[in-house]
Amino acid sequence: MITRADAIIVGGGIHGCSTALHLCLRGLRPVLIEKDYAGRHASGVNAGGVRQLARHIAEIPLSIRSMDIWENIGDLLDDDCDFDNHGQVLVAENEEELDACRDRVAELNRHGFTHEELISAAELRRLVPAVAETCPGGIVSRRDGVANPARTTTAFRRKAGRLGATVREGVAATNIRQENGLWRVDAGGETFEAPILVNAAGAWAGRIAADLGEPVPMKAVAPMLMITSRVPDFIKPVVILRGRKLSFKQFRNGTVLIGGGHLGTPYPETNETVLDWAKLHESAETVFALFAVMRNATIVRAWAGIEARMEDDLPVVSRSSKHEGLYHQFGFSLHGFQLGPGTGAVMAEMITTGKTNTPINDLAIDRFTGRSAV
Amino acid sequence: MTPARDEYDVAVIGAGPAGLAAAALTAKAGLSTLLLDENQGPGGQVWRAITTTPVQDKTLLGKDYWAGKELVEDLRKSGAEILQGATVWSLDRNLEIGISVGGGACLIKAKRVIIATGALERPFPIPGWTLPGVMTAGAAQTVLKSSGLLPEGRTVIAGQGPLLWLLSAQILRMGGKIDLVLDTTDKRNYRRALPHAAAFITSPYFLKGLAMMREVRRKTRVVSGVTSLVASGEGHVESLSFEAKGKKTTVPVDVLLLHQGVVPNVNLAMSAGVKHHWDDIQLCWAPELDGKAETSVPGVHIAGDGAGIGGALAAVARGRVVARAAIDALKPDAGASLPSAADLKTAVAKAEKGRLFLDLLFRPTKQFRIPSDDTIVCRCEEVTAQDIRDSVAVGATGPNQLKAYRRAGMGPCQGRLCGLTVTELMAEARSKTPEEIGYYRLRAPVKPIMLSELARLPKTDEATKAVVR
Repeated sequence: MITRADAIIVGGGIHGCSTALHLCLRGLRPVLIEKDYAGRHASGVNAGGVRQLARHIAEIPLSIRSMDIWENIGDLLDDDCDFDNHGQVLVAENEEELDACRDRVAELNRHGFTHEELISAAELRRLVPAVAETCPGGIVSRRDGVANPARTTTAFRRKAGRLGATVREGVAATNIRQENGLWRVDAGGETFEAPILVNAAGAWAGRIAADLGEPVPMKAVAPMLMITSRVPDFIKPVVILRGRKLSFKQFRNGTVLIGGGHLGTPYPETNETVLDWAKLHESAETVFALFAVMRNATIVRAWAGIEARMEDDLPVVSRSSKHEGLYHQFGFSLHGFQLGPGTGAVMAEMITTGKTNTPINDLAIDRFTGRSAV
Repeated sequence: MTPARDEYDVAVIGAGPAGLAAAALTAKAGLSTLLLDENQGPGGQVWRAITTTPVQDKTLLGKDYWAGKELVEDLRKSGAEILQGATVWSLDRNLEIGISVGGGACLIKAKRVIIATGALERPFPIPGWTLPGVMTAGAAQTVLKSSGLLPEGRTVIAGQGPLLWLLSAQILRMGGKIDLVLDTTDKRNYRRALPHAAAFITSPYFLKGLAMMREVRRKTRVVSGVTSLVASGEGHVESLSFEAKGKKTTVPVDVLLLHQGVVPNVNLAMSAGVKHHWDDIQLCWAPELDGKAETSVPGVHIAGDGAGIGGALAAVARGRVVARAAIDALKPDAGASLPSAADLKTAVAKAEKGRLFLDLLFRPTKQFRIPSDDTIVCRCEEVTAQDIRDSVAVGATGPNQLKAYRRAGMGPCQGRLCGLTVTELMAEARSKTPEEIGYYRLRAPVKPIMLSELARLPKTDEATKAVVR
């Protein structure tokens, strides 16, 4: 028996769940298929950064749209997702880096974006008193913040379910095909069909795109994170460094998350990752040098999530260049969490109205595969 | 002190019975062997402080305790490198091992890794189990062996299993006072275990166990058939209420020792990706092992209680089987002068005789494994049984999904004190098997390490070369 739906979404990360939710809000009945469980991979185990700061210009409009949703996330999901917006700060460790910050802000201003502000050493010290005194300044994005990724992704999944989405967890979407103008997907013992198919399968999305004739330069990566035991409150905003791979944030409960994009080794076939301690050592060394207050902290856990990274570090958010009714939403390249709420809204808008006012042209799949057919 | 080299033929983790036996054998066979152990001296839990204990009267800790001395001497003659006070915080499928020792951290590699990290006490989550003054029997025994200290004040020991009786006997022999022993063994277990008694009667544990129980009963009051336990007090345990044969009693108490058996310590193996299954008799996770005790991660073996509870004698025998497997893989010629693999396996079978009887007899009852209401399950994050049931009701399907609702298992102990309880509780709440529910995904560092240690991690040869180039 084939079950009919309005849309089939493959992948239960924050993107798939957000699109499912926004489709429900527009009156559609989607089915979401997740091979593990919602938030099992990158969406549930990332650093939780809700960041407009330091993004590529091509995705800033999407990021700003997302931010508007984040600021009212409790109204949308009936769950505050532990969202705090104490800003995110990019720290320049020397004058040369500060010059680069100055150029960056000027360039954004030329494009009409004002969310990033250049800050002096004094303002930096006011926002992040614990930072080493040698740092001459940086950039702040004041609306930014942090949320609990597992809780957020789960909240999207739950709300989508409450609004009528069918959610299948623990079954892989297989045998994806187009028959009689409808997309058909097998999931466990079931088959679903719908006029719309959304490929939001994260690290596993490249395979789906390739199978459907749209290969993309994507690889699975495993960005590593580690978290400390609770330490006294000493930092409100999220801190990232201009010149080194480090991001740093303290959660409400006092634990401190250390990340920044050092990669472990992913094994997407078995959902496993192996950590690279030499790289985590570099992160620890940097924290040790810049935040004296952290020197006696203990690391209680380190991990890596499996996610997709595009060759150009930009996500694919677009309709297919080959097939009617197929949409791609993947490849967020280590910075997709904040984009989740907004991208789901944009996808739902495209699917139901055929267009969106949020400029996403530079994120289309045809940048790899040629011109859009639709 | 740090390891003498970057790479070994064999790294053995844990210097209890299994680790001591394994390391001695691989070193004797000429394999470069590193034995890593967290404690200040060898022996593990069963032979804790064997080289340093102030309790020198041999009758007090008993013959089985002092049997460990020979293995330690054997090891010391074997040529194995022994690193005490060394915490292993990471192991991965590339057989890279993260170690903290003497305030510093380092990474080493081995061609074979033998995990001999033994057992942990099963969680015993009764109301009030987190109050100061309530501790596990194992913790009390650790203090007793390493410093000769006895519990002070009105002392009650509650629970079941061989260790409960052994500890009681040891405390009483050393002149300590136990006011009451509460035996929670389910009466029905005797009937279930009986068909397997024949094997147990011929095991070395039978007569010793019987004598020990008699000794304890002679010296103190024992109440059997206890079906409920509630500890209470303000800031410290003050009283214990229990029910036996339908009768409720409350006694004042200063020290409450709890114990209901031991389970494999799976954290390091699981974090390395070793596949485990639910053992429905021992009610715990056990690694999937082949005939050479090799795990699903090639090159990683598990010996001793970490491979499934078998006791100290079985651990020694299993340690030798695993050592033999490592020798056969790395230096087959050296095997000729060693006991044959078949003989070693026979020794394991002999040592494991009667285990099923003990497992069935001391299988803890459900009310002591799966708590209800506001009894705390996760001590690190103060999550109660009701919190977990509530999370299940709104969609949490397993221990990892639970993290999106509650922080159970996300504290520094990484589930050592709550993992089994969470699995069984969620299984019950969802009418699933523990196998279907699964366990926390465990992550290195399996023991917390200082940020400063990681910051000072010495560069590996590879990294140094990369920089030079």
